[in-house]
Amino acid sequence: MKKDIIIAGVGGQGIVSIAAIIGYAAVEAGLFLKQSEVHGMSQRGGEVSSHFRLSDKEVASDLIPQGKADIIISVEPMEALRYLPMLAPGGWVITNSKPFINIPNYPDIDLILGEIENLPNHLAFDADNVAKELRATKSANIVLLGAASPFLDIDYVKLENAIRLIFGRKGEAVVNVNLDALKKGRDYAETYQLTASI
Amino acid sequence: MKRLLLLGDEAIAQGAIDAGLSGAYAYPGTPSTEILEYIQHSKYAKENKIHSTWSANEKTAMEAALGMSYAGKRALVCMKHVGLNVAADPFINSAITGANGGVIVASADDPSMHSSQNEQDSRFYGKFAMVPVLEPSSQQEAYDMMHYGYDISEKYQVPVLLRITTRLAHSRAGVVVREVKKQNEMELPKDSIQYVLLPSNARKRYKILLGIQPSLETESENSAYNKYFEGSDKSLGIIVSGIAYNYLMENKNENNFSFPVLKIGQYPLPLKMLEKIAGECDEILVIEEGYPMIEESLTGLLGKGLKVRGRFDGTILRYGELNPNIVASALGIKEFKPMQVPDLVVSRPPALCGGCPHIDSFKALNEALDGLSSGRSFSDIGCYTLGALPPYESINSCVDMGASITMAKGAADAGLVPSVAVIGDSTFTHSGMTALLDAVNDKSPITVLILDNETTGMTGGQFSPANGKIEFICKGLGVDERHIRVIEPLKKNHNDNVRIMKEELNYNGVSVIIPRRECVVTLAQKTKEKRKAAASK
Repeated sequence: MKKDIIIAGVGGQGIVSIAAIIGYAAVEAGLFLKQSEVHGMSQRGGEVSSHFRLSDKEVASDLIPQGKADIIISVEPMEALRYLPMLAPGGWVITNSKPFINIPNYPDIDLILGEIENLPNHLAFDADNVAKELRATKSANIVLLGAASPFLDIDYVKLENAIRLIFGRKGEAVVNVNLDALKKGRDYAETYQLTASI
Repeated sequence: MKRLLLLGDEAIAQGAIDAGLSGAYAYPGTPSTEILEYIQHSKYAKENKIHSTWSANEKTAMEAALGMSYAGKRALVCMKHVGLNVAADPFINSAITGANGGVIVASADDPSMHSSQNEQDSRFYGKFAMVPVLEPSSQQEAYDMMHYGYDISEKYQVPVLLRITTRLAHSRAGVVVREVKKQNEMELPKDSIQYVLLPSNARKRYKILLGIQPSLETESENSAYNKYFEGSDKSLGIIVSGIAYNYLMENKNENNFSFPVLKIGQYPLPLKMLEKIAGECDEILVIEEGYPMIEESLTGLLGKGLKVRGRFDGTILRYGELNPNIVASALGIKEFKPMQVPDLVVSRPPALCGGCPHIDSFKALNEALDGLSSGRSFSDIGCYTLGALPPYESINSCVDMGASITMAKGAADAGLVPSVAVIGDSTFTHSGMTALLDAVNDKSPITVLILDNETTGMTGGQFSPANGKIEFICKGLGVDERHIRVIEPLKKNHNDNVRIMKEELNYNGVSVIIPRRECVVTLAQKTKEKRKAAASK
């Protein structure tokens, strides 16, 4: 088993949290992992990404080679496209469709979504809106992790446990809201897969 | 067997704690910041009174560590690569004084300049100081090297440099930890003048440093971190160091090749191992993250017939950090064509946060300078360096910590009047105070803006050593009290702030304006913590 995952977004969108949750779940599953992330200046509203490598064998490189990522999870649609050179043939792109516009020259969102639509394996939806309906506006990242969860080869329960562990010190309410966000994302992906297979 | 999931930085910190550390000293700087932060958050470190508060700069950190070592205890100093420039004086001289308790200097290089102004390679400092250098390839090695590093530091009575690069610093993996060693008891140096570098004694000490060099080479030759992997295909020999080893292995796993490989993790370079690989292989490929240091050592000026490929001949790009693809291409592995980034994707550079006090400071400064010719604002290192970019374009320089004030002074000396310096609170106490003293003594016509957001912002909101002290420092250095103006950078104060700046720009002497408002990020964190504390009551 080997999964190479790119987690992408804009500084402050919770990229590191997604990585931390998969990390804890992977450790519980007894897998080897390497995960590199971006700190420092680019965290100030710039483009950020994390390379996440999971395997049942020792992982060599801290960075994923180009064309080897099985999944891109992106909390922002243009950021999903930025890492396409990393994507393996047949890899999946799971992305938020809601743009985060903090630059004056952000391209036409319809063109961005059009590019995503053209990808053979993609799942794009408004995760901000899903999070809003749960009254958890900050949990769009967790919704997307939920949507990516069927592709991760990690027990769903282990992801739930990781959320309990990581958000535990923030209180039960925060834990529950994030468990709901994870579930909503998961449901979305499963419904989508069901429709796609018909 | 306890296994922890740790960043490279955290592995260094945990390794130091477990190796019997008594004190860690650092100034924050990407990608090294998390080392000291980890020690600050360690319960064990707190219970065992391991020193872990931030220092004013890397030089004070290095010197405090040297004092800890003098007293016989183990010390750690952490910094980013350019921090070692600041600490260079005590660092180089610490090799001459030698260590009593073990000293490790951890310097984190930033190839590709993700968050830095250059990509200098700290290994050269190690060579310059003639101290052992350790360069881990993994989080586990980073952890293990702390134990080994303190052992050799105490065995040879010499400080050890540990060099990592950004990717290892900020990459997480499982690390198996060992049992905790006890801290050293206090024990002063047997030779009461060991640390007195008067020429007569310095000459003696320098000979001692030269004298241990052959032993350090033998230590490298026998080190577990320098490994020779035999290979049957002698058409190429590969010398690889640090994290580049992982990229090589990634390619080896995918494309089975059988070239001999020499993995370097400890310096001075193991000469016999180098002779062996050069002797048995037709050609050598050197893969190292950073400057072509090993490569240059191999070829020297004349090359002597050795065929060496690497960064000098263009096999590998001369600059920038490595990755598995660059290494694949250096090995001549044909790659398939990856998907392209669609043309419509634009870059998203970092920007000041919404509500950031610097925004209001820059808007006021721009208006205050309106009417004067442009190009007179010298700045410094921090979030406010982003003020060089649109829409502000308020500043014209960023060189090194503290350079804003001294450069403004020099430009004013040259006739650029008024000259402006824009510096942050923590950068000011790091290296701006002596600069201000020069300006005061020369009565230079400069206006210094000390943007006080009450934190060390860019590295994530660490304690600022300047907190609550800035006006007093300026006054103490001799700035006329009437020309120390504290303002609040807020939209509603804009007109007043512009007026105050104009007044001070017109003053023919040193003025200091302190726009003071807390960083929005640390303010939000504090508000959240308060709310949580209130809720739990």
